[in-house]
Amino acid sequence: MSIFTKYEPLARSLAAVTHGGGRNPFSVVIDRPLSSTLGMIEGRETLLFGTNNYLGLSQSEAAIEAAIDTLRTHGVGTTGSRIANGTQSLHRQLEARIATFFRRRHCMVFSTGYQANLGMISALAGKDDYLLLDADSHASIYDGSRLSQAQVIRFRHNDPEDLHKRLRRLDGTPGAKLIVVEGIYSMMGDVVPMAEFAAVKRESGAWLLADEAHSVGVMGEHGRGVAEASGVEADVDFVVGTFSKSLGTVGGYCVSDQDGLDLIRLCSRPYMFTASLPPDVIAATMAALGELERRPELRHRLMDNARRLHAGLNAIGLRTGPQASPIVSVVLDEVDQAVRFWNRLLDLGVYVNLSLPPATPDQHPLLRTSVMATHTAGQIDHAIEIFATVAREMGVGR
Amino acid sequence: MSETVADVSALIIQTLLANPKVPRDISGSSKIVEDLAFDSLAVMNFVMEIEDSLDVSVPLDRLADIRTIDDLANCIVSLKQGD
Repeated sequence: MSIFTKYEPLARSLAAVTHGGGRNPFSVVIDRPLSSTLGMIEGRETLLFGTNNYLGLSQSEAAIEAAIDTLRTHGVGTTGSRIANGTQSLHRQLEARIATFFRRRHCMVFSTGYQANLGMISALAGKDDYLLLDADSHASIYDGSRLSQAQVIRFRHNDPEDLHKRLRRLDGTPGAKLIVVEGIYSMMGDVVPMAEFAAVKRESGAWLLADEAHSVGVMGEHGRGVAEASGVEADVDFVVGTFSKSLGTVGGYCVSDQDGLDLIRLCSRPYMFTASLPPDVIAATMAALGELERRPELRHRLMDNARRLHAGLNAIGLRTGPQASPIVSVVLDEVDQAVRFWNRLLDLGVYVNLSLPPATPDQHPLLRTSVMATHTAGQIDHAIEIFATVAREMGVGR
Repeated sequence: MSETVADVSALIIQTLLANPKVPRDISGSSKIVEDLAFDSLAVMNFVMEIEDSLDVSVPLDRLADIRTIDDLANCIVSLKQGD
């Protein structure tokens, strides 16, 4: 028996997706980006509607220049962990910069956003504590809960009343209770009712961690995310985020006013046992953050574009989530139909993400589409036309 | 707090049979993943329904040890007894 025998069902599922000559949706290669909104795929200029590059800052001139300058002075890597030889003054500068942006006392930077959730959740929730997770939480949150030794309880997605009920069942049990929510959920683009969750948190005496990976730079007057937009930042004890979405680079962080955050540096394994961020990434991230702060018009344009795409896809009779947010997912019924739809979109020059159950809510396949501040109205309208063409060919929608 | 393992097992089976995709011949010894063809998400969602029917929370780490419907019933009864 092969060590891979247990993956035979997975191999069958993959074969079903690619049978009949379809592409492997998990192996798409972007030959090279032409701009933030265009890439070469299979030798064709393709509209990118499936990135998390919400503000287009992966191609920021200021970030590119800062990275090149820093490469010349600092080299290409640190070769060490933050708690050994991998902390340079740049890491401290970045942490101070992020803390100031969020108006928080402390910041810890991780090497990826995935590790930020893994490292914070596993270290904050100990053996005698409880983690209360939204049912639609990202894999990094579930994985963090497995790495912690806490008892893990799921509540219904975006349902503060359901959380309240589950916290009530824990009345009188010892141990800290840590609630984990996300600002914008990555599959459907739906926004957390943060003020309602904050109220449950206050009433129950639990702690609240918000993963604002998809919402920082996107929501709030200053781009600090859903907690800012909802006016409840003081109730969120820990904000986790990433540099790999609106800031266009890579890395993750946690900000907090809790002085205890510094101790987490000495007990969070995903923080301690990995190499720290390379200097050029730090320089590019700080430059991108400067742009995010100086150019609020990017956020306004992003939301205008989100509304245009959401309205346009609904107008041609496709089913999407209820809210216009930078993530607009088209919901289909059958995996086979979604695979064919996705392949045709790419044939016609539009790249989106194909998301399949069980990674999606409610067992529906999704064409996960995301917009950028840098998309033009013409590019969005063209993408909607191509969606309409494929929908007509397949008899989906109107 | 009067539910027995048999009561809870019967309630689980009744809840499962409301889903037309579940085989009709399940019993307390049916294996949840293998016999019902549930993936990890389907198991967690189904357990959530049972939690609400019985006003109990089953921590996810407990699910790792559960193979059959009777295992789940045993776990719920022990949680309700304050284990």
